[in-house]
Amino acid sequence: MIPELVDWVSDPANWQGTDGVPARVLQHAGYVALALLIAAAIAVPLGLFVGHTRRGAVVLVGSGNAIRALPTLGLVTFLFLLFTDSFVAALIGLVVLGVPPILAGTYAGIQAVDHDVVDAAEGMGMRGGQRLWRIEVPIALPLILGGVRNAVLQLVATAAVAAYVGLGGLGRYLFDGLANFDYGEVTAGAILTALLAVILDLVIAAVQRALVPKGVRIATAGRRAAGPAATEEVVA
Amino acid sequence: MGIEFRGVTKKYPDGTVAVDDLSLTVEDGTITVLVGPSGCGKTTSLRMINRMIEPTAGTVLLDGQDIRESDPAVLRRGIGYVIQHAGLFPHRTVLGNVATVPLLSGWDRRKARQRAAELLETVGLPAELGRRYPAQLSGGQQQRVGVARALAADAPVLLMDEPFSAVDPVVRQGLQDELLRLQARLGKTIVFVTHDIDEAIRLGDKVAVLRVGGRLAQYGTPADVLRHPVDDFVAGFVGKDRGYRGLSFLSAEGVRVEDVPTIRVGSAPDVVEPHWRLAVNDEGEPRGWLPPDSTVDGELAESDLVAGGSLYRQGDPIRGALDAALSSPAGLGVVVDEGGKAIGVVTAHQVLDVIEGHPEGVGGA
Repeated sequence: MIPELVDWVSDPANWQGTDGVPARVLQHAGYVALALLIAAAIAVPLGLFVGHTRRGAVVLVGSGNAIRALPTLGLVTFLFLLFTDSFVAALIGLVVLGVPPILAGTYAGIQAVDHDVVDAAEGMGMRGGQRLWRIEVPIALPLILGGVRNAVLQLVATAAVAAYVGLGGLGRYLFDGLANFDYGEVTAGAILTALLAVILDLVIAAVQRALVPKGVRIATAGRRAAGPAATEEVVA
Repeated sequence: MGIEFRGVTKKYPDGTVAVDDLSLTVEDGTITVLVGPSGCGKTTSLRMINRMIEPTAGTVLLDGQDIRESDPAVLRRGIGYVIQHAGLFPHRTVLGNVATVPLLSGWDRRKARQRAAELLETVGLPAELGRRYPAQLSGGQQQRVGVARALAADAPVLLMDEPFSAVDPVVRQGLQDELLRLQARLGKTIVFVTHDIDEAIRLGDKVAVLRVGGRLAQYGTPADVLRHPVDDFVAGFVGKDRGYRGLSFLSAEGVRVEDVPTIRVGSAPDVVEPHWRLAVNDEGEPRGWLPPDSTVDGELAESDLVAGGSLYRQGDPIRGALDAALSSPAGLGVVVDEGGKAIGVVTAHQVLDVIEGHPEGVGGA
């Protein structure tokens, strides 16, 4: 398998054209990005609403778990039979799978904001929207972005599987390789998919570091280190 | 700005009555403490003042005006609000936290931050703390920031919901002193909720004792509540020590301060003496006691001393003088002046003589 992998990777033909690695990587990342955008556009507002008003949490958690229990390949295949278009089927499937982690992260993040903090914000005269955007969202950001990170990992993997119904991307190497008994191609496809997942995860981790407010990072770190960072009392 | 509760009741859909027909007037510029066991509706009453909770019957008037006529958010910006765990915004710096209400009220950024910096000083926090985040502060510091944040918009009314109950006793006392010092300067109308009767007596100009079920049991000055509890519930709640606590309202006038032999820490005591000697430092502040007949090798160090009792500051109520005498290993309560310098001692015996001879009596009866 290793020599076959080396052969495949070192063949310049595999790095060029619409079936070449760069094109396939971009295509794969494109599916993930598009599905992620649509999923976030659905899940984030819904999660904010449920977290902020605490209404409909039971329905939300239940349906999230139900969706997560769906077999990925089965869902995509079913949608393909329904729409007979691999792109539409795959995209809907990816969105359906991308929504629950983002929804769960957003809802959990908003809901986990310290009750005293929300109470203080309300007592100081913040209106609902001000409380949500100025207080709850910045504090919930680590968990919201954590949900996005989970979704991305799942989408990268699922987009590869969706090649089964004819989608492009890195999954092509897996299914085409299997069909041709070209195990070098299969292995290369698997490795590239894993690499893409790791790189995208690192990118989002960097975004997370840049977006999460410093005070929230300090508070989280302090809690992990068991107790507030500073304990000495400065008395004037 | 006075606050008036007129027949206010809060009943929840499940039938629980949190506050039952409360009528109470909080006078302008005073500290009124709502005190009672848990379930007495003290926090509910407080939160009805800024419309965090709406009463099911009755009216709350602020400065003679029904609070239902104001938009809740606008009403709240004009009322300072301090809660138990401070509830600071973790993603904002200390200055950002304190500037919250001024910014909400439309002040420009620079003016709001300037005001916030002033307030840090007002509550006794060093200016450099302004750039820190709440997680980098101690509990006591967070509570001070909470107070500064409530004062920022210069609201005439301050609501404080058990603001000091989550910090340790020493820090709590410091915060209480600070509040009284601030109040002497600012003259706010403060409604303060606590379950701690000692805190209520220390801080309140008036104390409202509430009983479970949200009924007002007694409303009066702390001395009044201690000396003349209206019923067994109030008597029980103010506690068995109320005779002793009542001493907080007696002046120590007439207690004679006696001289005491002193010895300087760092000097070499070459004579052995048959009585207690008060050790003082170069500033004249008490450091501890040297027991009778003790010998010291070379210079007197603090490790040679027996730790002293509480200190009584001249001019404070007589309770402090008695406590100083009772807690001293020598049986002599150390009296200090404003600057903390030892000026003499009192004995428990002398203090009790003065208490017994006091025209107002000892409380209780």
